[in-house]
Amino acid sequence: MLLPYFQALEAGPIGEAIRQSTWLFPFIEAFHLVGLAVIGGAVLLVDFRLLGLGLKRQPVAELARDAQPWVIGGLLFMIASGFLLFLAESIKCYYSFAFWTKMTALALAILFTFTVRRRVTLADEARVGPFWMRIVGATSILLWSTVGWGGRWIGFS
Amino acid sequence: MLLHNLMQWMADTEWSVGLHESRYAYSIIESVHVWTLCLFVGFAVFLDLRLLGVTLKRVPITQITERLLPWTKVAFVLMVVSGLLLFFAIPLRTYHNVFFRLKAVLLILAALNAWVFHNGSMYRRLAEWDDAAGTPRAAKIAGAASLALWVAIIFSGRMIAYNWFDCDKPEPALVDLVAGCVR
Repeated sequence: MLLPYFQALEAGPIGEAIRQSTWLFPFIEAFHLVGLAVIGGAVLLVDFRLLGLGLKRQPVAELARDAQPWVIGGLLFMIASGFLLFLAESIKCYYSFAFWTKMTALALAILFTFTVRRRVTLADEARVGPFWMRIVGATSILLWSTVGWGGRWIGFS
Repeated sequence: MLLHNLMQWMADTEWSVGLHESRYAYSIIESVHVWTLCLFVGFAVFLDLRLLGVTLKRVPITQITERLLPWTKVAFVLMVVSGLLLFFAIPLRTYHNVFFRLKAVLLILAALNAWVFHNGSMYRRLAEWDDAAGTPRAAKIAGAASLALWVAIIFSGRMIAYNWFDCDKPEPALVDLVAGCVR
C-alpha cells in the first residue's frame, strides 16, 4: 500500500543526489550520530535522575526543563538528517524490519516523552513517588534504546 | 612493518575470523558501541555545555564531575572494549585505515584536553566558580575544544566503515604514507 510512495521518495532529486555522491551519505550519517549523542545525553540525564542515579541533588523538574530544548532540538535535527538518509534508500527501508521497528518505537517514544514523562518530570516529586519515577525512567530508556538499535540495524540488512 | 605483521597475525587468528564472519556478534558489538556513545559522549557533551555556560547553569560543576563522571567512566570502558573488539574483527584493514588513524590521534588529543582540564589551575580553584552560571575563559576553551574533538571523533569513527583509501588499490603517495601501506 505504501510502497509506491516509498518508490516516489527514493526516485526524488534529493535521494538521487545523495546516492550519486561518495561523501554525502556517510557525512549525513555522522551528523545523525552527533545528534544521537546530544539527544541521548539529554534523555539519559533526566532518565538517570528518575531512576535515582546521577544528578540526585537537583530537582527532577529543574533538570527536565534544562534538558528539554536539547531533546526537542536534537529530535528535530535527528528527524531532518534521518529523513535525508531515508530518501537515499527508501525502498530498502520499506522492506526492512529494523526500519519499521524503529519507526514504531520512535512514535511511541515521542508520544511517551511528551505526555507521561513530561507530566511526571514536571510534577511534584513527593506526589509521584520514587516507584513511578523509576518506571517512567526505565520505560523511556527502553523506548529510546529501541529507536537507536533499530536505526543501527537498518544498516545491517 | 612490525605492527603490520602483528595485525596480519591477529587477522588470521580463529577469534578474529570468527568475529568477522559472525552473523550477529559483530552487529551486536557495533550496536553496543553506538548505544554507549549516548551515555559516554552524551554526558561528556553536557559537561562541556555546562563549562560553556550554555545549560544546567544551576547545577554545580562538582555535581556533574562527582555524580555523572563515574557513569561516563563506565561508559568509556564499554566504549573501549566494544571498540577494541570491532578492531579485532578487522585488524589489518583497520590498522591501515586513514580514518582509524585520524580517530586515534583525535582520541589522544581529547584525552590530553581532559587531562589538562582536570589538572589545571582553574580546576584546583573550582570551589570559587563551582556554582556560578558564568564560567572562566579557560573552562570555556576546554569545553569548546572537547566538543569539537568529540564531533570530529564521531565523524572519523563513522568513516572507518567506508574504505575509500584502501591499501589494496593504488593510492596517491600521501595516502599511502598516512595509511602506512606496505607495498
